[in-house]
Amino acid sequence: MKLTKEEVLHVAALARLHMDDARIDTFADQLGHILEYVETLDRLDTKDVLPTFHAVGTQNAFREDIPAGHLDREAALANAPAADDGCFIVPKVIE
Amino acid sequence: MDLYALSIHEAQDLLKSRKISSVELTRAVLSRIESIEPSVDAYITVTEDLALEQAEAADKMISENATQPLTGIPIAVKDLICTRGTATTCASKILETFVPPYDATVMAKLLAAGAVMTGKVNMDEFAMGSSTENSGFKITKNPWNLAHVPGGSSGGSAAAVAAGMCLGSLGSDTGGSIRQPAAHCGVVGVKPTYGRVSRFGLVAFASSLDQIGPLAKDVTDAAILLQLISGYDPKDSTSIDTPVPDFRKALTGDVQGLKIGIPKEYHTAEGMDPDVQSAVQNAMAVLKNAGAELVDVSLPHSQYAVAAYYLIAPAEASSNLARYDGVKYGLRDSSGANLLDMYQNTRSGGFGPEVQRRILLGTYALSAGYYDAYYKKASQIRTLIKNDFASAFDRCDIILSPVTPTPAFKIGENIDDPLTMYLSDIFTLSANLAGIPGLSVPCGLSRNGLPIGVQLMGRYFDESTILNAAFAFEQATDFHTLRPKL
Repeated sequence: MKLTKEEVLHVAALARLHMDDARIDTFADQLGHILEYVETLDRLDTKDVLPTFHAVGTQNAFREDIPAGHLDREAALANAPAADDGCFIVPKVIE
Repeated sequence: MDLYALSIHEAQDLLKSRKISSVELTRAVLSRIESIEPSVDAYITVTEDLALEQAEAADKMISENATQPLTGIPIAVKDLICTRGTATTCASKILETFVPPYDATVMAKLLAAGAVMTGKVNMDEFAMGSSTENSGFKITKNPWNLAHVPGGSSGGSAAAVAAGMCLGSLGSDTGGSIRQPAAHCGVVGVKPTYGRVSRFGLVAFASSLDQIGPLAKDVTDAAILLQLISGYDPKDSTSIDTPVPDFRKALTGDVQGLKIGIPKEYHTAEGMDPDVQSAVQNAMAVLKNAGAELVDVSLPHSQYAVAAYYLIAPAEASSNLARYDGVKYGLRDSSGANLLDMYQNTRSGGFGPEVQRRILLGTYALSAGYYDAYYKKASQIRTLIKNDFASAFDRCDIILSPVTPTPAFKIGENIDDPLTMYLSDIFTLSANLAGIPGLSVPCGLSRNGLPIGVQLMGRYFDESTILNAAFAFEQATDFHTLRPKL
């Protein structure tokens, strides 16, 4: 099984990854190979099996809504590639 | 004896009785790092000045008789655990410049206990891999044979402990990332029960599987480290509020009547190295000799674990790693024309090939039309795997198996074949899917002189029993005293 070029491009676009021609084939091959392997799961009938998303099965974790300490703005912005006047700077989104 | 070669509990005694100071101990470890780091490549960042500062503070604590279990002990930390003021890169170019503004809960606990941090150690990028070959910066070498991998993803943590470049370390385990490198480097590694240790400040890979744990020179050291990092944390809504027993006190060495389950599926797996097989069989004999009872058990869905894991973990990763967008921290590539270009160029330039492969796989498994066939199906299989363990633990107290099918492979041997690399996690990743604790303890050397580990898995929150069984094994053997010649 090999993914098509279109499938790889579609998934890459969803994942916000840039995909050049040279890499499409490699990923198509490798992902296809892995997906073929995971299809062994189809051998099992799981119609009546509930899925497990959390191994230890905790319920919702609630707490009182009490304001507590938080990062100050300067610390939160210290790692930003671009920041000014207390804000993150990003490329223009709206024309 | 060289101070860097001490175990944590040996160093503790010497510090407490003032025979050595933490500054002396820390200097010995730092000079060990300086001399062998060029050949082992275990560290991404060595925090020399900080370590000496912390060592001085620790000596002061000791002089005031305020000693806690890890006071003054040099510890290395995997580079995906947030350390306030010290770069935390996840071995990724995308986080190369990231300096966390806060400490992970486990770090805060280490620091409060007066531990000394020697630095941040290497790993597979974002913990995705079994060899550290996926690090964005360097490949860590196995201290026992520099042509071989140390395992991964906590390869730096394991190599640093084995080579005396720290006294103990923290790693993280999502599918075997503590136990497998521990086995390959001849040290003890523990993956605690999911929820035992806070994940706050652990950079997320697969949130329902990730767990922080210790790597150490022997079981006693592992118990000391695990004690310190365990416990409920309101900052991690998946941590569990349950009492933490005294792990060191549990190390009685008495395994009389302990029922050890031997899963037939794990001992007849294809591709098992004969040296691994005989070392593990020897471990079974040693424990039986010490009074334990061996019981046959079955984990019938084991053969599906790798496939289920390699859908669930990448699916969670694809979602977790969506946050690296070039906006809030880390790398930004602003060469493109618009916001979308910035996202795509930043992510494609910043993530290495294995991380991109897993993001693509996970995105595919979660995408419209495929969710039921892949992610949901894998999560149903996860239930079956969990049930397998539940029935096995009706018949036994712990489960014994190999950690890996083979000793450490050569650098470069598997790098072009992701699926083969994934299959080497076959014995470890079920414990993550089920959430149960597991550990690796050294049980021999291969004919080529590479370490072999045996895995013990336990019931939920019953780390005590597997630690004690590993301790009993240590009492009867001397594998844990073997060190690589460097």
